[in-house]
Amino acid sequence: MTMHELSIAASIVESVTEAASAHPGARVKEVRLRVGALASVVEDSLKFCWGLATEGTPLAGAALAINTLPVIVHCDACGIDAEIAGVQSFRCPKCGELAADLRQGRELEIESIELEEPDPVLPNPVEEQA
Amino acid sequence: MTTRIVELRRGILKKNDELAAGLRTRFASAGVLVLNLVSSPGTGKTAFLERTLRELRARGAQAAALVGDLETDNDARRLAASGAPVRQINTHGICHLDAEMIAKHLEGWEQVSLAGLNYLFIENVGNLVCPSSYDLGERIRVVLLSVTEGEDKPLKYPGLFNSADAAVITKIDIAEPCGFDRELALKNINEIRPGIRIFETSAKTGAGMEAWLAYLAEQTKA
Ligand SMILES: Nc1nc2c(ncn2[C@@H]2O[C@H](COP(=O)(O)OP(=O)(O)OP(=O)(O)O)[C@@H](O)[C@H]2O)c(=O)[nH]1
Ligand SMILES: [Mg+2]
Ligand SMILES: [Zn+2]
Repeated sequence: MTMHELSIAASIVESVTEAASAHPGARVKEVRLRVGALASVVEDSLKFCWGLATEGTPLAGAALAINTLPVIVHCDACGIDAEIAGVQSFRCPKCGELAADLRQGRELEIESIELEEPDPVLPNPVEEQA
Repeated sequence: MTTRIVELRRGILKKNDELAAGLRTRFASAGVLVLNLVSSPGTGKTAFLERTLRELRARGAQAAALVGDLETDNDARRLAASGAPVRQINTHGICHLDAEMIAKHLEGWEQVSLAGLNYLFIENVGNLVCPSSYDLGERIRVVLLSVTEGEDKPLKYPGLFNSADAAVITKIDIAEPCGFDRELALKNINEIRPGIRIFETSAKTGAGMEAWLAYLAEQTKA
């Protein structure tokens, strides 16, 4: 029942299709995501759903690369932003105090897409007449 | 062939986020406090909400509810027994509510004008994973956990528990026979969402409802 990955894959397809339409003739080779460790997205499920969501679309065959971002909290006492190990305890790694102020970890973003474009063709007057 | 990287830096759920932001503005200007209730299936969202609606109405407050379920309008019928306006949202297989479903079901809801409400409760689909990414425009996200489902739920579902603004432990009337370890549950919630307000309640006996209702009243003034 955690198949919200399918809705998420569909949203990615929509966004990328729109972005790629600004580059006619290009094929999307790879889509790169930034996904926070707290984003409740299971990488394997998303990859599986990506295959389903792209099937029969211009994005079919495009790879999905997921960059998982660790959780970063801000510790008031230490005045630092610090990465926590895992997602089981939101404590400053330096002083051990609970840290509620989340600075990274919920991201769910398309970072970039890699396009493959045909080399520009020099105008050929003969062909143009045909 | 040449390859080229195009930076997008775009939120995957941008459409939902924008819709939700619009709803939030609408709710704020109508002066209605909107709460999104999330939990596993069967935690007791509907029972808790039934009791909440009843008690709010008894105090003269105007409250309404939208309730999401995969199928059936059973929950809406249970909630409507409180006398509050209730609308069912059937998601037909989708495991969470999204902002578009909320917007759609606010439209043409004759019994309800947002400006006439003090509270609007949204009971999400029973699921501890999927609802966490979908902003519904709520001001307060409430996560519920029953005494029967294990004290380590917050550790298993940190994404959702960390996104909540308040936590409700339900069914405390059966805590003892269930061997519920209260201290451990409170500790686990606090490790995942430090400082969160926690209410310990029973929809059956009404225990803990006073503190919850006081919190609601306080939040409408905030
Ligand atoms: N003993 C006891 N049982 C409760 C309490 N609250 C709910 N229940 C029971 O728990 C079961 C599930 O309650 P619901 O209110 O339907 O739970 P829910 O979270 O709305 O369920 P879904 O909408 O299906 O996700 C029912 O059999 C309720 O009678 C409570 O405070 N005490
Ligand atoms: Mg219910
Ligand atoms: Zn510190």
